[in-house]
Amino acid sequence: MIKKIYFQSIFFSFLFFMEAFSAESGGMPQLNPEFWVSQIFWLTLTFGILYIALSKLILPKISNNLESRKSKILENIEAAEKQREDSETKLKEYEEIISKSKLEAKTIFNQAREKTLKDINAKKEVLDKQIDEEISKAEQEIKYLRDGAPDKINKIAIETSSELIQKLIGTEVNNSSISAIVDDLSRRNGDKYYGN
Amino acid sequence: MAGNPMTQFNVHRIGPEIKVGAFDISFTNASLFMIISSVAILLIFNLGSKKNSLLPNKIQLLAELSYTFVSKMISDTAGSKAKPYFAFIFSLFMFVLFCNMFGMIPYAFTVTSHIIVTFVLAAFIFIGVTVIGFIKHGFGYLKLFVPSGVPAVLLPLIVVIEIISYLSRPISLSVRLFANMMAGHTMMKVFGGFVISLGIIGGWLPLSFSVALTGLEILVAFLQAYVFAILTCIYLNDALNLHH
Repeated sequence: MIKKIYFQSIFFSFLFFMEAFSAESGGMPQLNPEFWVSQIFWLTLTFGILYIALSKLILPKISNNLESRKSKILENIEAAEKQREDSETKLKEYEEIISKSKLEAKTIFNQAREKTLKDINAKKEVLDKQIDEEISKAEQEIKYLRDGAPDKINKIAIETSSELIQKLIGTEVNNSSISAIVDDLSRRNGDKYYGN
Repeated sequence: MAGNPMTQFNVHRIGPEIKVGAFDISFTNASLFMIISSVAILLIFNLGSKKNSLLPNKIQLLAELSYTFVSKMISDTAGSKAKPYFAFIFSLFMFVLFCNMFGMIPYAFTVTSHIIVTFVLAAFIFIGVTVIGFIKHGFGYLKLFVPSGVPAVLLPLIVVIEIISYLSRPISLSVRLFANMMAGHTMMKVFGGFVISLGIIGGWLPLSFSVALTGLEILVAFLQAYVFAILTCIYLNDALNLHH
């Protein structure tokens, strides 16, 4: 696009030149050799000085600057990498310490737990034994009491019935006859009274 | 039309006439703009290389970007062997670029719009490249004119064409830059003349054209400097790495 415009513009401008040449004398100043030597001389001088100054003074400095910046950046990157590695190893160490201490804490905890469990079990056994002994003692007492209860009740029944008869009739009744009756009654109705 | 569009290319003496023997080397407006361009380049790049801060300031960045731009251009087109010629191509590119750009300032003189200037540069490049080629490859440099893989029947014709194209290099190189600069500046002058002659009513169209052309010309000023430098690199590549 630009190229096309450009060629067209060159073409048209040449048309203008034709007009200009025919109108005025002189034509293109570029083709007038009057100052050619002067231009060549000054071009050589200025371009030569420019080239020498750039190549000897300025360009080495710029390339030096670029190189030093590059190396500085590389150094910084290296240092950063090193520090990153350092921090990584430190982090690993830290994690190791943490895991170690965690393990230690666990073992301590487990030991303590086992010990307390053992203690608890031992005490429990002792207490259980005591309780069992007391329970058996009490049971024996109860059994003894229960075993003695019918005789005592019979005795009480005989005594109370003899006294009641004496008060009601006024005569003394033979205890043996009463006891025979009570025994007979208790044998017949013993189940009803004692629940055995 | 107001004024001749070609008068902007007139060279005139500034100060007294200086003669060395039969040659007139008077200081002219062309010399003035060559010096202005060179001084501007040296000033900018001197400022840009003075301090070496890790984080470059604007002018340092400009200098370093130009440096890497040109060095990349050379290494891309001519390879690593062209490194010794870096300074020359860098100064060539900067000189042409600054001359073109200073020419864009109104009433300024465009050094590169003169065929003699571009031709001297191109001829110097041509001779230099040819000398480098012969130093590097001896008479083997002539193999440049004999492309490989061409049928023997066509060879005489091809060799003639190659020789002509090689010899026309300085002409095409110089005329390209000169014609581009001259045509652009002439066209801008012509459109400027139209603005005056068409007056307040009709002058707006050529004025807008002029504005657009200014942008185009700045692009061309850069592009032609780039083309000039890159063609130099390509010619140098032919001389350094002979594989046609």
